[in-house]
Amino acid sequence: MTVLSRSVATAPPARPRRRARWRPALTGGLALLAALVVFVIPFLFIALQAVKTRREASRLDFAWPTEWQAWENLVEVVQERDYMLLLAYLNSTIITVGSVTLLVIFASMVGYVLQRRRSRVNGVVMGAVLAGLMIPPAVVPTIWVLQALGLFKTIHGMILIEVAYNLSFSVLLYRAFIATIPRELDEAAIIDGAKPLQVFFKVVLPLLWPVTVTNIVVQSIGIFNDFTNPLYYLPGRENVTVQLTLFNFQSQFSSQMNLLFMNVLLVTIPPLVVFVFFNRQIVAGMTAGAVKG
Amino acid sequence: MTRPIPSAALAAALMALAGGAWAQEVELIYLVDNSPDTVAVAEALAAAYMEQHPEVSIEVEQRPGGAEGDNLIKTRLATGEMADVFLYNAGSLFQALNPTETLEPLDDLPNMAGVLDGFKEVVTGTDGRVYGVPARAAMGGGIFYNVPIYEELGLEVPTTWEQFAANNEAIKAAGYVPVAQTYGETWTSQLFVLADYFNVQAEVPDFADRYTANEAKYADTPAAMRGFEHLQEGFEKGWWNEDFGAATFDDGLRMVAEGEAAHYPMLTFGLGGIQQNYPESINDVGFFAQPGPEGAPNGLTVWYLDGIYVPKGGENTEVAKDFANFAASQDACQVILDTIGATGPLLIEGCELPADVPRLVQDMLPYFEEGRTAPALEFLSPIKGPALEQITVEVGSGIRSAAEAAALYDQDVQKQAQQLGLEGW
Amino acid sequence: MTERRARRSPYPTWFFLPAAVVYGALFIVPTLASFWFSLTRWNLFEAEFIGLGNFRQFFREPFLVQGVVNTLIYGTLTSGLKTVLGLALAVLLTGRIWFRGTLRTLVFFPVLVSTIGVGFAFEAMMHPTRGVINVALEGIGIDGPHWLTNPSLALVSVALVDVWKGVGLATVIFMAGLVSIPQDYYEAARIDGATRWQQFRRVTVPLVRPATITVVTLSLISGLRYFELIWAMTGGGPGFSSDVIASVIYKQYQAGFYGLATAGNVILFGLIACIVLPLTWWFNRREVEL
Repeated sequence: MTVLSRSVATAPPARPRRRARWRPALTGGLALLAALVVFVIPFLFIALQAVKTRREASRLDFAWPTEWQAWENLVEVVQERDYMLLLAYLNSTIITVGSVTLLVIFASMVGYVLQRRRSRVNGVVMGAVLAGLMIPPAVVPTIWVLQALGLFKTIHGMILIEVAYNLSFSVLLYRAFIATIPRELDEAAIIDGAKPLQVFFKVVLPLLWPVTVTNIVVQSIGIFNDFTNPLYYLPGRENVTVQLTLFNFQSQFSSQMNLLFMNVLLVTIPPLVVFVFFNRQIVAGMTAGAVKG
Repeated sequence: MTRPIPSAALAAALMALAGGAWAQEVELIYLVDNSPDTVAVAEALAAAYMEQHPEVSIEVEQRPGGAEGDNLIKTRLATGEMADVFLYNAGSLFQALNPTETLEPLDDLPNMAGVLDGFKEVVTGTDGRVYGVPARAAMGGGIFYNVPIYEELGLEVPTTWEQFAANNEAIKAAGYVPVAQTYGETWTSQLFVLADYFNVQAEVPDFADRYTANEAKYADTPAAMRGFEHLQEGFEKGWWNEDFGAATFDDGLRMVAEGEAAHYPMLTFGLGGIQQNYPESINDVGFFAQPGPEGAPNGLTVWYLDGIYVPKGGENTEVAKDFANFAASQDACQVILDTIGATGPLLIEGCELPADVPRLVQDMLPYFEEGRTAPALEFLSPIKGPALEQITVEVGSGIRSAAEAAALYDQDVQKQAQQLGLEGW
Repeated sequence: MTERRARRSPYPTWFFLPAAVVYGALFIVPTLASFWFSLTRWNLFEAEFIGLGNFRQFFREPFLVQGVVNTLIYGTLTSGLKTVLGLALAVLLTGRIWFRGTLRTLVFFPVLVSTIGVGFAFEAMMHPTRGVINVALEGIGIDGPHWLTNPSLALVSVALVDVWKGVGLATVIFMAGLVSIPQDYYEAARIDGATRWQQFRRVTVPLVRPATITVVTLSLISGLRYFELIWAMTGGGPGFSSDVIASVIYKQYQAGFYGLATAGNVILFGLIACIVLPLTWWFNRREVEL
């Protein structure tokens, strides 16, 4: 295990090349062709429906649109029900940013102590973490708790729900990664007289950046795309989230597939932005996270 | 209660736009399902009410339909978070809300006197009080047919199942799809079973009571099992469209409107979809009740789909009840007609249909005028098994036989009755 | 451990506290409450204690056996394919090939799209007569199957879409594992005259183990527990043929049988624990031996 972890940060040295030069190009070309068929066609399909007229989209086929209506469809979806989509973007963004921030802080603290300190509490904590992955949440009792705390139908209540439901996954990722950070580092800081909090936030957390990126990407996509939880814990028109717009529009657009698919396209954009932004760092973060299952 | 910052800010901005708030201003929330017709009517009703009562502002909130919507309604009632007024099914689904505990009785509303008794019965709680007012016209469950195909082949509207089956063979021979089936939306598969209830009742008049009392079963009542048998027959004789497993409700309406299929078993609220998407074919679609056995009376199974209810313990109960009262008025009835047109007989006394109603409604009216109607079973009994739509999909897809399906549905019904805590199960 | 030592430790237990408060209040407390409700007949308005009645009723569900079988098929199929394909793609995408960056992006892209969106798109593409897939197959003379409406094919079709959507995440985890394998091992293997396949079997597979464990565990749990895609694409149908335990539970919930649904959740939790915990234990034991 230690051998594995040591090389995390180092890039693999180039292998000696003995084979013909055309090989990478050929495999690459074939792979690209396969990927285009398997991964791009479905998106092309969504995009095509999104720019068609209502009549053409209702056939849901792959025919090229005879009449382009991308802008009109876009405007119509955005304007639908008093710009509901824009409000939804705002709410979903607040929920996502808020809960991912808390998740990163809370989960890294748990993962850190869980990995560093051997104690009997650990068994209990790990049990709770696994339970969180395996037990489906109980909706109605949760609403009672939220009501008792005055958090029902509030954005901050929703943020805390997302934190509670996604904590397990983040803790697992962090715990696996913290193992690869040499203990000597925090011990050195302690000898220098740093308090536990300082050690963690000034020394350890910055070193966790790669796995933090992974957490941010995976969790923000999941939370942004969450549908069921906002449906139950965040009712009310002013609290609408992006996936709920999709659901709300589903029957309204039942005969207007072009608008439905335009909506699908539009709600995919924010995760795409997150992905493009963090793309290069994802693999590095995962590298770290996977090292110790 | 704390409110999220963005929505508070938005509300403030909206109020500022509206020109300042009055001290007496009441804000009502009216929760409805998200089908286009319902939303359009709800918004028109809200606007009409606000015109009469400028101090009240009503916001229409949408929820998912179907089972997801059932859940949401129950969750919000049980947790005391229901909107001020809401729209929901009458009949067995209404009973599952525990109306005597959770809803305000509305029988003392002034306009309640004008609501037809047939509707009042399906929104009456176990304590005998009335809890809802009608949200839309009554509708029938039966068979949509394509008039041009019937004219081209010289067919007569069938009154017995034998005639219907013979028509289907003629239609099939002529190269049309005899019956459209659309299991892409599973609820549409139940029609042959549910819309057969007039025929069941004609043969076994006390079926509903004995069924509720755990005495009559689908599997051992031949009349009740016939609906399942019709599905099996249709599949075996190849009456369905090729893509029946994936087709949607909208596909079904298109097929029968544009003459791809000759029949589509459906509730008459399908009219709204045809008006919206295939308006040029609106008078090509006719309607008849589901045919029964030879020699039996011919009549229509009727749905009183939605009621408007007021939850107990709301902050604006009085205003909400006044809105419900308005919804039961002739004015409101006129608003419905102006918004989505005539879809069936109206449930408010003195509210008349206009003379020029679509063909489908014309075909439906005689059944009501001649009293040849019976409510669907779900309005006569609190029990409707939740798995019926999956079971009917199985029969219609040839996965399960009618007899097995009826027995399976009896088990499903038993579970429902036990969960409801009914006596005798 | 004494309080003094606890306070002095550089790894204080109170670091658990913020997470524990949120998790305890919003997850543990409601879950414990729901365990109580699993013993009642509960319509949300009132709860009547009926002992183990719900559990008996749940085991009597006509489609439970099929649901269990389907759950196991779905879990193993998705988890197995994600693991195998993920590893293969990861090997490909960490090797020297052209278009590597583009390919990585393409493979990960489906992870970004919401389940509902994926459901819509594939339901349309798998339409038996008008769907893109069958139209294309018809073009080359094949009569395409009814992907989602053939009872014996529906579950597998959904599982394939699930793999399509989730393989990107597995690939990234594997890529991470591959990148961290020291190149010295490969060089040593090459000096010993190992073929590429032997290098893969003897070096890559054993050393990428931690990543494999992560992928298998996460994808197995989600394959056994989540049913959003099944729900979006077939609703468990046609009939009951693609029902898994989670969708059976969800239907009880939808029907308003809340106590019964909660009992189902307890049973599903038990089943997942019975599969995942021994697996985790076995993985960890093997790891120690390594």
